[in-house]
Amino acid sequence: MAGSLSTGAAPAAPLLAVEGLSKVYPTGKKALGGIDVMIDRPQLVAVIGSSGAGKSTFIRCINRLVEPTAGRILLNGEDIVALDRKGLRAARRRVGMIFQEYNLVERLSVMQNVLSGRLGYVGLMATLRWRFPPEDIAAAFALLDRVGLDGYHDQRADALSGGQRQRVGIARALMQRPDLLLLDEPTASLDPKTSRQIMRLVRELVAERQTPAIINIHDVALARSYADRIIGLRDGLLVFDATAGELTDEALTRIYGEEDWAPPPSEEDEDEPAAQPGKARAGLS
Amino acid sequence: MTAPSLSRAAPADWRAPSIFGGPGRRLALLALLVAYLVWSLSTLNVDTARVLAGLPRAWTILERMVPPDFTRWQILLTGMLESIQIAIAATIVGAVLAVPLGIAAAANLAPRPLYLVARGLMVVGRTFHEVIIAIFFVKLFGFGPVAGLLTLAFSSAIFLGKMLAEDIENMKPGPVEAVRATGAGFFQTFYCAVVPQVLVKTLGVLIYRLDSNLRHSTVIGIVGAGGIGQTLSASFSRYDFDFASAILLTIAALVAFGEWFSDWARRRLR
Repeated sequence: MAGSLSTGAAPAAPLLAVEGLSKVYPTGKKALGGIDVMIDRPQLVAVIGSSGAGKSTFIRCINRLVEPTAGRILLNGEDIVALDRKGLRAARRRVGMIFQEYNLVERLSVMQNVLSGRLGYVGLMATLRWRFPPEDIAAAFALLDRVGLDGYHDQRADALSGGQRQRVGIARALMQRPDLLLLDEPTASLDPKTSRQIMRLVRELVAERQTPAIINIHDVALARSYADRIIGLRDGLLVFDATAGELTDEALTRIYGEEDWAPPPSEEDEDEPAAQPGKARAGLS
Repeated sequence: MTAPSLSRAAPADWRAPSIFGGPGRRLALLALLVAYLVWSLSTLNVDTARVLAGLPRAWTILERMVPPDFTRWQILLTGMLESIQIAIAATIVGAVLAVPLGIAAAANLAPRPLYLVARGLMVVGRTFHEVIIAIFFVKLFGFGPVAGLLTLAFSSAIFLGKMLAEDIENMKPGPVEAVRATGAGFFQTFYCAVVPQVLVKTLGVLIYRLDSNLRHSTVIGIVGAGGIGQTLSASFSRYDFDFASAILLTIAALVAFGEWFSDWARRRLR
């Protein structure tokens, strides 16, 4: 009912191995300075770090929406960085991606957006007529049901709420039957309750389909609650890689810089005068 | 009055900055404008006598235009139909040519060299008015509707291509990135992520262009490019003012209809 499981993982090679990944943009900005990450089992990996730390570049290098400057990205043992255009297209089919702004095609229906996940497998003529194989259509209906959008298939994407749109985005990514899921700030445009629902759904899907997921996220609390493992980036370098339980205040300081991570003190305890916020923050970063 | 200490702390007087940058410069610019007007009027040789002599002539022409003469309605109808056919065919041909041109001229889709070539073509194509292009095509292909069709197809392709390119450049990049990330090819990505974003606006522009081609097709006939304009030009040179007024009225009716249709059709899109 919930769709087929991902094909049996090859035991020899890890699911994903990132080796020495670095990226320098044409502007000269150094976004990533040699990252090594290995994922050897289906787990939810959260990537945290300040804005500009390289999270988005990191995730986009994995399916080469951003071209890496150096390094290797081994997906099931195959180096994605070395692939030509055709090989890259084939590799992208195995990597599902979910975005902050959902990135649905708004004028198309929910079903068309979900079926877009199969574009790597159908020809141009079939695409022009929106004719997809029956098993794809059956899988799309099953996925819509799984993400809680049963009956929405003919709605236009721009008629949905943010949370519903993100569910369509998830369904589109899962249509690819991916070996790896990439999620770029999937909850940053959602309210706290919807964010938690989406995170729970992603966590369940990782377990159900035995597919690892890498998720960029700003919300450290959400990352702590739902991720199995947390990676911290700072200025394009890996500064933390451990389980969610090991993310201490000391680790947060290493990732984000000096800050008081304790819950804010009550008004009476505040010894700094409230009228000088600039001064209170001056020592940071 | 105000205490000096107060004015030092917070000035209470403020004026929006002048676009001329100071009253002195404004005065100088005004003087320059007046001087130019005086000079240009004096060099144009506006002959008051000739202007006054033209007024009664205008009255005679107007008198002879009424009542309009519709007895030669067959010629009128043939000319009108030719104009309409020119307009529709030119819009279709222009639209077909505009698609590759628009893609090539969109900076976010086309490689840089192709983009520059397409944009250069547009700049050249938009330099000349339809009438000038029509004169050129009449010289190439002789009098008749073929020259008119080619003229309007050419300028429609440039116009529609430019509008399409601008639309593609203004679309949301996110959905395109998402479709590309599924492993879709270029044409699949274009069809599934670009077309849905630009289709409605492009159709609106297309209908607008059909409307304006209808108007242009009546004009370019005057230089010999076929259609009702050619009939109109002939009737003026034969001093058939009553027939000319019948043609003008018909053109006005057609243009009004075109405008109404264009409004109606574009309102129904979406």
